[in-house]
Amino acid sequence: MAHAIAVTVNGTTHRHEVEARLLLVYYLREVLALTGTHIGCDTTSCGACTIIMNGQAVKSCTLLAVQADGAQILTVEGLAQNGTLHPIQEGFWEEHGLQCGFCTPGMMLAAVQLLARNPNPTDEEIRHGLDGNLCRCTGYQHIVNSVKYAARKLAEQRLPAIPTPHAAEAKTR
Amino acid sequence: MIPAPFEYHQPSSVAEALQMLTRLPEAKLLAGGHSLLPMMKLRLVSPTHVVDLGRIEALRFIRQEGQTIVVGALATHWMVESSDVVRRTVPMLGETAARIGDVQVRNAGTIGGSLAHADPAADYPAAILALDAQMVAQNSRGRRTIPAGEFFTGLFSTALAADEILVEVRVPVPSGRSGSAYMKFAHPASGFAVVGVAALITVDGQGRCAGARVGVTGVGPVAYRPARVENSLKGAALDEKTVEAAAEPAAEGVNVNEDLFASAEYRAHLARVFTKRAVLAAAQRAK
Repeated sequence: MAHAIAVTVNGTTHRHEVEARLLLVYYLREVLALTGTHIGCDTTSCGACTIIMNGQAVKSCTLLAVQADGAQILTVEGLAQNGTLHPIQEGFWEEHGLQCGFCTPGMMLAAVQLLARNPNPTDEEIRHGLDGNLCRCTGYQHIVNSVKYAARKLAEQRLPAIPTPHAAEAKTR
Repeated sequence: MIPAPFEYHQPSSVAEALQMLTRLPEAKLLAGGHSLLPMMKLRLVSPTHVVDLGRIEALRFIRQEGQTIVVGALATHWMVESSDVVRRTVPMLGETAARIGDVQVRNAGTIGGSLAHADPAADYPAAILALDAQMVAQNSRGRRTIPAGEFFTGLFSTALAADEILVEVRVPVPSGRSGSAYMKFAHPASGFAVVGVAALITVDGQGRCAGARVGVTGVGPVAYRPARVENSLKGAALDEKTVEAAAEPAAEGVNVNEDLFASAEYRAHLARVFTKRAVLAAAQRAK
């Protein structure tokens, strides 16, 4: 049986009829053709499929598209605003935060989640915040530097880490 | 990996979910989905009906009711980890939540889902046992309370009946001069507890142990309280040597898990070491 869903991705609302077993990552990649969200391990380990859903970083390989009905989603394609790179993208560029780039979209979205909750993290807090993302090229140091770059830049420009309207994290306390 | 086809149901209230469960007794309940969906993708389970509890916002809360902290079944690990109420009153529960998986998993996974799944290497069971929490289960006829000590009945098995939904976890706020700690040896790849030990220690005026509750996860098929450890701690001094001796039977009488990562002997050793560390850390915080 098909289920009608409405999902807002990077500010655009999409309506589709989907099979219940369709995973969110396949909905993004194959139905919406947003292939910036990668599938790495497909077992909730590597973080390549990380997106921001309702203000929270989640692994889209472990969610059903039907669970995202009504959600606000930010993928890597939505990070740049009006042709200007998001500070986290600029950070990865300036600090050589990637080699092959496969982990980078998930890495950047996990990083903006971290910066939304902790705008000025220590190296250790950055490593802890990126615990759910694996990179097999860089050894992580340049990624940590990239996140620190983004933290400085966001503070300078007084920008929210997660661009609005994706910033609304559900009330949690 | 794609799960086998299933019928998807999305109730908006507990009452509606219970009706579905009565009508479809073979249905699987989906909360955060971070245990069920990986199993469905691997086709370890292929339920014909999935009832998604995720829209029942009434189960997504953390609140204080007098000397009890009530955590709704759909509270995510992140909610527990970041809750001011939890940090103030039962900090060990937040400490435990913060050690689960990774950030993304904690944003999605729920306390009710984790407890009902009863993975032998999950983190919450140790804390729930040491805090002597109560699980509230609901079916179409009403609610009942299951003490933590009776909740975990075996490997991936709980005292929940087929027609029941775990709706709340009720955690008593420890009284007296007490301290608590959760210490974990995490599997380096999966993040699951190879061994996890939660301890709640109450001290008397002389700084001796007035009461001890210890929960151990990852070691046996089911989380447990090592009775002999708790008994020998009562009235004891809380110095390293005494605690180390008290922790000796931490895995006694347990059919210790064994896998490629840790032999039974090594796991039993870790159980002793982490019991000692958790008790000492809890005692330190109680002073």
